[in-house]
Amino acid sequence: MTALGDLLAARMQMAMSLGWHIVLACLGVGFPALVLLAEWRGLRTRDETWTLIARRWAKALAVVFAVGAVSGTILSFEMGLLWPGLMGTYGEVIGLPFAIEGIAFFIEAIFLGIYLYAWGRLPPRAHLLAGLPIIVAGIASAFFVVTANAWMQTPVGFRVEDGRVVAASPWRAMFNPAMPHETVHMIVAALMVSGFLVACVYAVALLRGRRDVYHRRAFGLAFTLGAIAAPVQVVVGDVAARAVADLEPIKLAAMEALLRSEQGAPLQVGGVLSDGELRYALTIPHGLSLLVSGDPNSTVPGLETVPPVLRPPVMMVHWSFDIMVGLAFVLLGLSLWFAVAAWRRRALPASSWFYRLAVLAGPAAVVALECGWVVTEVGRQPWIVYGYLLTAHAVNPVAGLRLGFYGLIPVYVFLTIAAIYVLRRLARTPLPTGVAEHVADYRAVGGRS
Amino acid sequence: MTLADVALAVLWLAVVAYLLFGGADFGAGTWDLLAGRGERGRPVRELIEHIIGPVWEANHVWLIFAIVMAWTAFPLAFASAAATLIIPLTLVAVGIIFRGSAFVFRKSVPPGRLEELFGVLFAASSVLTPFFLGTVAGALASGQVPYGRLGDVVGSWVNPVSLFSGLMAVLVCAYLAAVYLTGDARRTGEDTLAEYFRTRALVSGVVTGVVAVTGLIVIAQFADQLFIGLVGVALPFAVASAAAGLASLVLLALRRYGAVRLTAAAAVALVLVAWAAAQYPHLLQANVTVQQAAATDAVLRAVLISLAVGALLLVPSLVWLYSLFQREGRRQRADV
Repeated sequence: MTALGDLLAARMQMAMSLGWHIVLACLGVGFPALVLLAEWRGLRTRDETWTLIARRWAKALAVVFAVGAVSGTILSFEMGLLWPGLMGTYGEVIGLPFAIEGIAFFIEAIFLGIYLYAWGRLPPRAHLLAGLPIIVAGIASAFFVVTANAWMQTPVGFRVEDGRVVAASPWRAMFNPAMPHETVHMIVAALMVSGFLVACVYAVALLRGRRDVYHRRAFGLAFTLGAIAAPVQVVVGDVAARAVADLEPIKLAAMEALLRSEQGAPLQVGGVLSDGELRYALTIPHGLSLLVSGDPNSTVPGLETVPPVLRPPVMMVHWSFDIMVGLAFVLLGLSLWFAVAAWRRRALPASSWFYRLAVLAGPAAVVALECGWVVTEVGRQPWIVYGYLLTAHAVNPVAGLRLGFYGLIPVYVFLTIAAIYVLRRLARTPLPTGVAEHVADYRAVGGRS
Repeated sequence: MTLADVALAVLWLAVVAYLLFGGADFGAGTWDLLAGRGERGRPVRELIEHIIGPVWEANHVWLIFAIVMAWTAFPLAFASAAATLIIPLTLVAVGIIFRGSAFVFRKSVPPGRLEELFGVLFAASSVLTPFFLGTVAGALASGQVPYGRLGDVVGSWVNPVSLFSGLMAVLVCAYLAAVYLTGDARRTGEDTLAEYFRTRALVSGVVTGVVAVTGLIVIAQFADQLFIGLVGVALPFAVASAAAGLASLVLLALRRYGAVRLTAAAAVALVLVAWAAAQYPHLLQANVTVQQAAATDAVLRAVLISLAVGALLLVPSLVWLYSLFQREGRRQRADV
């Protein structure tokens, strides 16, 4: 590891921090919705099982949210610590969405505090309503943060002279061309990850024979969220890919490993690069041209259109893209299986093979998420602000930058182990207060339950 | 008053709020560390957990807010500070990770060794985080961060003014926490704990005051620009801070727990106001003004308008959060 340069170390540190946070951030968007749905059904049906599910999930949510909040804070530090060249010049251009996101995150944190701690202190309906801002603000946070990221891909709304921004239109920067597809793609991904990840915990329990109503319902609710989001995501993903073809042709060329511009370009899946050629790829003639423009004979620009130093690492982007798409279709298939069973028999699928796959669906959704993010961010390299600022010029020039990365590795390892341990423990521990008591709590404060 | 001044004021408001709310949460962690092992410290820890549980995350957002305001309104100043102060800021970041996560982890495991481990992690990072943040403040206040280029990454924050400022941050946080917790313990009917924290508030108040006055000598010696500002234009604020600090000690002695919260908070907030007044209109260094370092007006206007609109949502929400948990009488078992 001694050969690791400071630039690479800074990128790895950012990748580690973001790659870690993005999972928690996704749960922060989708998981509150699951908790509230369970609580709502509990109140509506007066069924204690739903309330029990909601209460247990709320405990997990407290852990997930706290860890997500602190791992997100680090990122706002790292923007400056690692990339002062980016922030010193362009901080103001992307400041607006972050400021609004700050408000949204504030709202999220406030209502999360109320939701988690005022259980039994507020009337049931008020408590349920106190949870709604968490969902709205969570989605808003995701939206605003991603607009800033989209700006790095398709920067607009500013003019730079001598390294200083002299004119900026922050609203235009925020509503940049990559904004629509990137934000929607990310928010739907967050719902998918939340649904499949929570469901995977219960798939394990169901496989182990705990097929009681508690586990069936918890699984069913969470998986439904994932199963609804998955087909939406396939459509959104298609739109996003076309938008990338249009706005970021070099990224698209890297995603598809299209080394040379081609008329009637083939769709190439997988493959390895050797002697400047892609080999062993599954090739569908004219496929890429057809997908990108609807015309099988259209020309798709390849990587040769920019000098080698301005090309992203092709194989990493290409494989990440293919893995993401592949997993998305697997998740789509599993969602269809689930939907058919629900429609035909009004029940969960019976086959234990379904649950074996459902266990894998959680990690699969996370892998797809990470791969998609690699496509977006690595596909933008070597630029940090596409076409304006190279990543190498944005990095903190301080000597020994890599030490920070080395130092943070054990922190994240510890955090991962501790978080998983604590969440597993929470899943096993019986709740201290029974549901009957919980209902009594409500009555005590004047609730009509 | 220009847009840049307004932006600076908003940024400073966030910093003050972070110290008064988030700082007190860190201070609670300091008392958690000093509460004694095992069962002996349990009542103190339970109170702390109960009080900061619902609010610490919201209190923490002030920091994120301040950072975002800093890079949006004063991009190059922010980038310069972040680049030069990378070591203490990385330590702050690590401290924030451990403080927040260990706090919820501790609540989620049964009593025992692991609970103790998370507890120590929570409490120790609650001391170290404000310390390193304090060193950052000291470096910024004493002109150690050059504008637009990389400064001395070690010397900028390992110097008498920064170390004094780090120590002050820890003491101030602990003092605020002790004052707040005294009132909280009284409200929830735990008189023994109220006395416990009252003693600590008095002691930490006196210590903080003595250290602050001693620190003026350090500042006079090593940061003459800042000192000139402090005894010049900022003198009224410094004097007001000292007066509020003294009044707090009297109110504590008289057991006026409601009023002392306000005077203690005022004493602390006025320190930050005095610092800002001593430096204004300069940012980081004597040759850079707030105006020069500010972002374009279009950005400042858009951000300030958004924040004003956001405040309409934010303020009532915050009021509800605090009133909900400050209104309770006898302590109920924490739900999460």
